[in-house]
Amino acid sequence: MAVEQPARDDLKKVARARLARGSKDAVGGVRARYVATPSSTEEVAEVLRVAAQHDLAVVARGAGTTLDWGAPPTRADLIVDTTAMSGVVDHAAGDLVVVVRAGTPVGELQDAVAAAGQRLALDVPDADATVGGTLAVSPSGPRRLLYGTARDLLIGITFVRADGVVAKAGGRVVKNVAGYDFGKLLTGSFGTLGVITEATFRLHPLPAARRVVTVSCPDAATAGRAALAVLGSQVVAAAVELDQGGDGRVQVAVLLEGVAAGVVDRTRTVLDLLGQGASDDDALPDGFGRLPFEAGGTGLKVTTALTGVGPVLAACHRLAGEHGVPVTARGSAAGVLHVGLAADAQPEAVAAAVQALRLATAPFEGTVTVLTAPQGVRALVDLWGPVPGLELMRRLKDEMDPDHRLSPGRFVGGI
Amino acid sequence: MTSGTIARLAQQLRAALGGEAVVTDRTRLLTYECDGLAQYKVTPALVVLPRTTAQVADVVRACIAAQVPYVARGSGTGLSGGALPHADGVLVVLSQMRAVVDVDPATQRAVLEPGVVNLQVTRSAAAYGYYYAPDPSSQQICSMGGNVAENSGGAHCLKYGFTTNHVTGLEVVVPDGTVVRLGGRAPDPPGYDLIGAFVGSEGTLGITTEVTVRLTRAPETVRTLLAAFPSTDEAGGAVSAIIGAGVVPAAIEMMDALAIEAAEAAVHCGYPDGAGAVLVVELDGPRAEVEAQFTEVERHCHENRAFEIRIARDEAERALFWKGRKSAFAAVGRISPDYIVQDGVIPRTALPEVLRRIAALSDGSGVRVANVFHAGDGNLHPLVLFDDAVAGQTEEAEQVSASILDLCIEHGGSITGEHGVGIDKARYLPRMYTEDDLDTMQMLRCAFDPHGLANPGKVFPTPRLCGEVPGRHKGPHPLQQAGLAEVF
Repeated sequence: MAVEQPARDDLKKVARARLARGSKDAVGGVRARYVATPSSTEEVAEVLRVAAQHDLAVVARGAGTTLDWGAPPTRADLIVDTTAMSGVVDHAAGDLVVVVRAGTPVGELQDAVAAAGQRLALDVPDADATVGGTLAVSPSGPRRLLYGTARDLLIGITFVRADGVVAKAGGRVVKNVAGYDFGKLLTGSFGTLGVITEATFRLHPLPAARRVVTVSCPDAATAGRAALAVLGSQVVAAAVELDQGGDGRVQVAVLLEGVAAGVVDRTRTVLDLLGQGASDDDALPDGFGRLPFEAGGTGLKVTTALTGVGPVLAACHRLAGEHGVPVTARGSAAGVLHVGLAADAQPEAVAAAVQALRLATAPFEGTVTVLTAPQGVRALVDLWGPVPGLELMRRLKDEMDPDHRLSPGRFVGGI
Repeated sequence: MTSGTIARLAQQLRAALGGEAVVTDRTRLLTYECDGLAQYKVTPALVVLPRTTAQVADVVRACIAAQVPYVARGSGTGLSGGALPHADGVLVVLSQMRAVVDVDPATQRAVLEPGVVNLQVTRSAAAYGYYYAPDPSSQQICSMGGNVAENSGGAHCLKYGFTTNHVTGLEVVVPDGTVVRLGGRAPDPPGYDLIGAFVGSEGTLGITTEVTVRLTRAPETVRTLLAAFPSTDEAGGAVSAIIGAGVVPAAIEMMDALAIEAAEAAVHCGYPDGAGAVLVVELDGPRAEVEAQFTEVERHCHENRAFEIRIARDEAERALFWKGRKSAFAAVGRISPDYIVQDGVIPRTALPEVLRRIAALSDGSGVRVANVFHAGDGNLHPLVLFDDAVAGQTEEAEQVSASILDLCIEHGGSITGEHGVGIDKARYLPRMYTEDDLDTMQMLRCAFDPHGLANPGKVFPTPRLCGEVPGRHKGPHPLQQAGLAEVF
């Protein structure tokens, strides 16, 4: 406690801070010692300066919806809770741009901009997730097919470096090539390069109409072909999702968004493309955009070239049988699938399935990342698989966080 | 740098690459003295023309060994002096690496060597019904490697995004001389988004030797209209109304009276007489979608006092609308001996205000400014006209040009939307970013290029001495070295 006291006192001088509360304030099972809840970028900077003085390892936390993603930190002395930094700073509706604090729940951001008939064209698995957390893990959702991911929509970022220095990159205009694009580096960096405090996004108009065309395919190969047919057509779908059940059947759902007359026309085209058994509806199908991960189970992100979507789904189903692991798979025809493996599956079987999936997706230049897994599985698998460019990533980390105090060990190669 | 160093390097590279790939002849070196921004000229000490990735790596390693700086160059069309050679350095010209490695409609990807010309990608994909979306005005000659370095945009990036949104894979010779392959045909490679950091890094983080890009399905319909307005105020109003109505056009381009005059003189595009401004608006996509929105665009043009609206009846007429716009830069050469192409960005809603301020700057100084811009995303290309032969005009023009950048910054915009910082705007970068912001950016540069040999003097006004910041550790963390942080 003699050592504890000064750090906590110093934290309290600069922001709201308290001692951590056991497992409630843990990251991947690693219990923190303190929790600071700064209310501004400046306070985050001061908190990080105190952390630097006391050599505290720092993990930023938003709503905690994906805090179990990635490896557990090698140490986590201080949790920087970003939720007090909430709210839209500026919504320039005429410019289709929004500046938002990192602790703002994405759902709240969507509600705010929806009032002006706009949206952030980014799907998050959980609307409670904060903007900062979303950027840190960069989830992949259905509409990525048309709008890309967080990296494509983020146009400006403010973050605090490990040494407490505030840095900005980008700006508040969509078109901007001045300086390095640090927004892209921070996106998907799992908190290892800085604590994100503010973000600026480009927005899109809310579509006037939407329609979903679905078809149930007997197997993955058929579904993969159907998805490719839609991608190869000129209907410009906002999303093409595939959802594989335990029986190996795959539902293909095509989301069309736009003006009413256009959507009617395009719906007809997609119904023709998907052929017999296809139907259309206003409502999104069950589970659309939600991760097929079971609580306490293993969750994978599997990528592939477009042509690999069918074969990789087929491999998932085959592996489920071979390894005796219940598997659900769902994802985008853009080449990103999420695969959930049951919580009660044998860790050895899960590890073997992950390895087999890596082999299955390799011909399609894809990768398998273990986003979340029970402890037993984590001990047996390499969460990230091979990471080209890892040496450069290590060098970047060493430049920006030489003492490795930001989310240490959470990311690729132990970064 | 001694001439002996360069002579030895030339000899070494001749042995590695073959004699014809190394240029030392003074007259031939002179042909590489500038890129598209001809006001800066530097003769390189040496030019090399590698044909393979391995040769590029050989060159970079040789440069490191000799501690000689190097600059990569594609077609040399850049407008910020990014490919301006270094007087004591090597210019690495990638134009010999121009193979279209693969065009694959099934995976919607093309794999290209860096010297491949932008338009050639679209031409290679067209037979399958695909195209490459980013379309800089120089697309007939600019190279894909240069597009990657500059994060090139174009008229259609309003809807389709820039180079960075279309690159899914890169092969890069990093400034430590190693070759790294990042990403590929699949999306979202694990780890930091090094592709995102590399695209637009203006040759300071390495040399692209192969690029994998997304191909976009050709739209079912393209419809283009040309609307003439009394002034830029009304045209700007129409742009705001169109975007405000939730329409995302493929492109909205604006030209003011002076730019129209220049275009008419150069290419006889036949724009409506007496227009104070014209808009070229293009919509593309599924037919019914486009038809509905096109009607809306026409209505907004009328409501904002367009006095003439022409709708392209066929591809020939569409090409004519675009001809005036795409030739605008070169066309001002018809009405002015010299000109500066500026490339600032403002929030779209600030357009009328900023245009009035530019007009006031022009009136106050007597320097004529022709305005051409990607109005949809607020990317201005003011053309500042002057005559270098008249004493003082160049300085006056540069002053006006700099003031326009200040206007952009004042309105929360950017000093460059697509041309890059290069050598030309390095000194303006501190007006947009703080010292801390720039220091942070330099950390990336130091991570990639600790020797500071890759395109030095570009982008940043002052180089950072890598690894010499007090209190900053170098090399791997002790924990990592001990193997403790290697836990997956």
